[in-house]
Amino acid sequence: MEILANLSDGIWLSLQPINLILILIGVTLGLFIGAMPGLGSVNGVAILLPITFLVPPSSAIIFLAAIYYGAMYGGAISSITLGIPGASTAVATTFDGRPLALKGRASLALVTAALASFIGGSISVVLFTGFAPLLASVALSFGPPEIFALMLLAFATFVGLGGDDIPKTVFSICLGLVFAAVGFDEISGEPRLVFFGITGFLHGINFLVLAIGVYGIGEMLWTIETTRGKITSTEAKMSFKGIIADSKEGMKRGWRQTLIGSGIGFFVGILPAAGATPGSLMSYSVAKMTAKNPKEYGQGHPGGIAAPEAANNAASTGSMLPMLTLGIPGSPTTAILLGGMVIWGLTPGPRMFTDQPEFVWGLIGSFYVSNVFALVVNLAFIPLFIWMLRMPFTVLAPLIFVLSVVGGYAATRDMHDVWLMLVFGLGAMALRKLDYPLAPAVLAIVLGPIAEPTLRQSLLLSSGDPAIFLNRPIAGPITLVAIVLILMPLVKFLRDKLRGNRAGTAT
Amino acid sequence: MALTKRTLIKLAGAVALSGLIAAPATAFEPTKPIDFVIMAGAGGGADKIARFLQSVAEKKGLMTRPLVPNNKGGGSGAEALIALKGASDPDHTILVTLNSFFTTPLRQPGLGIDIQTFTPVAMMGVDPFVLWVHKDSGITTFEQWLDEVKKGGYIMGGTGKGQEDSLVITFLEQTFGLKIKYIPYKGGGAVAKDLAGQQIMATVNNPSEAKGFYASGDVVPLLAFSDERLAAMPDVRTVKELGKDFSYYNQRAVVGAPGMSDDAAAYYQKLFETIYNTTEWQDYMASESLSPLWLKADDQRAYWKTQVERHKELLAAMGE
Repeated sequence: MEILANLSDGIWLSLQPINLILILIGVTLGLFIGAMPGLGSVNGVAILLPITFLVPPSSAIIFLAAIYYGAMYGGAISSITLGIPGASTAVATTFDGRPLALKGRASLALVTAALASFIGGSISVVLFTGFAPLLASVALSFGPPEIFALMLLAFATFVGLGGDDIPKTVFSICLGLVFAAVGFDEISGEPRLVFFGITGFLHGINFLVLAIGVYGIGEMLWTIETTRGKITSTEAKMSFKGIIADSKEGMKRGWRQTLIGSGIGFFVGILPAAGATPGSLMSYSVAKMTAKNPKEYGQGHPGGIAAPEAANNAASTGSMLPMLTLGIPGSPTTAILLGGMVIWGLTPGPRMFTDQPEFVWGLIGSFYVSNVFALVVNLAFIPLFIWMLRMPFTVLAPLIFVLSVVGGYAATRDMHDVWLMLVFGLGAMALRKLDYPLAPAVLAIVLGPIAEPTLRQSLLLSSGDPAIFLNRPIAGPITLVAIVLILMPLVKFLRDKLRGNRAGTAT
Repeated sequence: MALTKRTLIKLAGAVALSGLIAAPATAFEPTKPIDFVIMAGAGGGADKIARFLQSVAEKKGLMTRPLVPNNKGGGSGAEALIALKGASDPDHTILVTLNSFFTTPLRQPGLGIDIQTFTPVAMMGVDPFVLWVHKDSGITTFEQWLDEVKKGGYIMGGTGKGQEDSLVITFLEQTFGLKIKYIPYKGGGAVAKDLAGQQIMATVNNPSEAKGFYASGDVVPLLAFSDERLAAMPDVRTVKELGKDFSYYNQRAVVGAPGMSDDAAAYYQKLFETIYNTTEWQDYMASESLSPLWLKADDQRAYWKTQVERHKELLAAMGE
C-alpha cells in the first residue's frame, strides 16, 4: 500500500496550482509542437529546457513531461488532416488516418486518436506505478541478442503489412534497409553508401525526411494525379453530439487495437534503444497481422489509428522508466530530459526512487493528470483542425508542400535533406503506381539501425555462432516465434502458387 | 606521455597570468542562433556536458542569441568534423569535442581534416577513466580481476575500436598480457547499462557514465586511469600506483569552426571562460569527477599537438 500512499502524494503534488498551470501550458504547447511537421517532442523539450530553471526541478520535469505527452497526442493531427506525419512517432498514424479523413471522417479519426492516446497513456502509467522496479530488471536483461530477436520479430510482422504481394514487400523492406545503412557504420566508424560522394549522406538518411517525402509530398502528388484537382473537401462538421458518436464508433472498432498498442508500446518503450517510433510501427503491424480482415487496413480503419496512437503514448511513459531507474534514456526525448535532470542536480539511476521520492512520484502523479488534460485540450481543438480540412485542395496542397519542406529542413537543418525529401516524394509516387507497398520500407529504416548493431554485437559475443539467438532464455522463444511468422506466409505463398499453376495448366 | 597533465596546468596558469594584462572589449556579437555541434549522440557524456554548458549560458543570461545543440555523432565524430570544416558561417558554429577530435582524423585520413585549422575556444576539463566490474562477479581488487581475465573468454564492452576506452583496454592487454574480447556500443550510457545487466563483464567508463550504478552498488570500480586518486572514490588505486606510467583522460573542450574570425573567437573564448568560472560548472566538475584543466587558446594548440602525437602511438600500439 506504500505505492498508493506515494502515488496519492504525487498526484497531490501535481495538482498544486503552479504544477497544474504548467501541465496545461505543457500539453497545449506539446499538442501544437507535435502537430507541426518536423517538430516533435525532442525539439519541443530541447527548446524549452532552459525555461525550466525558473521553477523547482519537480515542477520542471512535470512541465517537460507534459510537453512530451502533448506532442504524442499532437503528432496524429497533421498525420490525419494533412497526411504529413507530424512527428516520427506518428508516421504509422498516417497509414489509416489520412484515408479516413479523405472519406470525410476526419473527426472520427481525430477522436479515435485522442481516445487511444489517452487509454494507451493510462494503461502504461498504471503499469509504471505498480511494477517499476521489476520492469527495470526486465529492461536490463535485454542484451544485444534479445533486442535483435525482438527486431527480427518486428520484421516478421512486416510481411503481413504489405498485402499479399510478398516479393514486393520484401523488396520494399530491402530498400528501407539499404537506406538505413547509409552514413557511418556505427561499429567500425567507416563511412559507407555515400552516394555520389555527397557529404549530406554522411549523417545518414533521417527517418523523418523519408517519411515526410513519402507521405507528405508523395501523398499530395498522388491526390493531384488521381483527382485532377477536383477533390471534394471533407464535409465534416463538428458538434458535441458528433464527438460522442465518433468516440463510440472509434472505440467499438478500435478497442482491440488500442490494447495491442498499449501493451507493445509500453514494452518497447521500457527497452533502452527503442522508443516510441518503433513501438508505434510495430503495434500497427501486429494489429494488422492479427486482424480478421487485414485488407481493411490502409483504407481507413479506426483500428489502424488506435494501435499506433495508443502505442506512442504508452511508449513515451514507458521510456521514462529506464531514464529514472537506470539513468539510460529509452528514447531521444528522454535523453534530453536526462540531461535536464543532471542540470537540476539529480542523479538518475537505481537509487532515484529512494533518494528522490518526491521528484519521482510527483512525475508519476503528473502522468495521470497530464493525460486527462491532454485529452480534454485535444478534443477541444478538434473543430479547429477540422476547419483546416475544409479549405479547398487548391489551398491545402501548397500548404502541405510548404509544411513538408519546412519539416524536412527542421529535422536536420540541412538543405540536402530537403532535396532528398523531394526525391523520396517522387520515388514514392513511382513505386505506388507500380503497386509497391511503402510502409515496410518506412518500418525498415526505423528498425534497421537498431537491428544491425545488435546483430553484430551478438555475433561478436558468440564468436560468430548464430545459436546465441536460440539458446538464451529470453532471445530463444522470441526468435522461434519470429521464424515461424516469417515462414508462414512464405509457405502460404508457395502453396497458393502451386495451386495457381495447377489451375493454370487445367484450363 | 612526456608532457603530463600537471605540467600543462602549470603552463596554463603562467599564460593565464600574462593574459590578465590586456583584455580588449570584443567587437563581435552573434547575430543569429549559434550552431552548437556535439561530437557524440544524445545521452552520452559529451552530450550531457554540452547541454549543461548551454543551460548555464541560458540561466546566467550570458548570450544575446541562443546556443542550439546539434548532435552529430556519426562515424566517431567524423560527421561533426566534416560539418565544422564545411560550415557556411564559421562565426556561428562551435563544437563540443572529446578525444575523437584527435583519433578520428588519424584513423580516417581520407576525411581530409587538419585539426590545427580549427579555432581553439576553451578547454573545460578532462574526464578520467575507471575500470568497472559488476558486483555479482565477486571481484573487488585489480589483482583478482587479472586472475579472472587470464582464465580466458573475458568480454568487455566499450564505445568502439579506436575510441577512448578501447585505447585504455589495449593498454591493459599489452601491459598485463591479457586477451579480451571487445564489443562495440553506440555510447557510454549503453555500455554502462549492459554492464549493470551483466551482458558484458567489465567496462572502462567515465565516472559520470557509471555514477548511478556505482551509487546503488551494482558496479564496482577497480582501478582509475588518472594521475591521482579520484575524490569520489578515494579507495580506488590508480594505475600509476601499480608502477605503470600511464594516465588517460577524455578532453571536454570547445572549438570553433576553421576560418572563424579573430573577433568571434575572442567572443567565444570569453564566454566559455565566464562559464568555466561559474559555481555551476565548478560544482558540475566536482560531482561528475572531471579534473579541471583550463587552457588558453595558444596552449590548446600545443595541447592538440602533444595529444595527436600521443594518440598516434596509442593507435599504433593497437595495430590500427
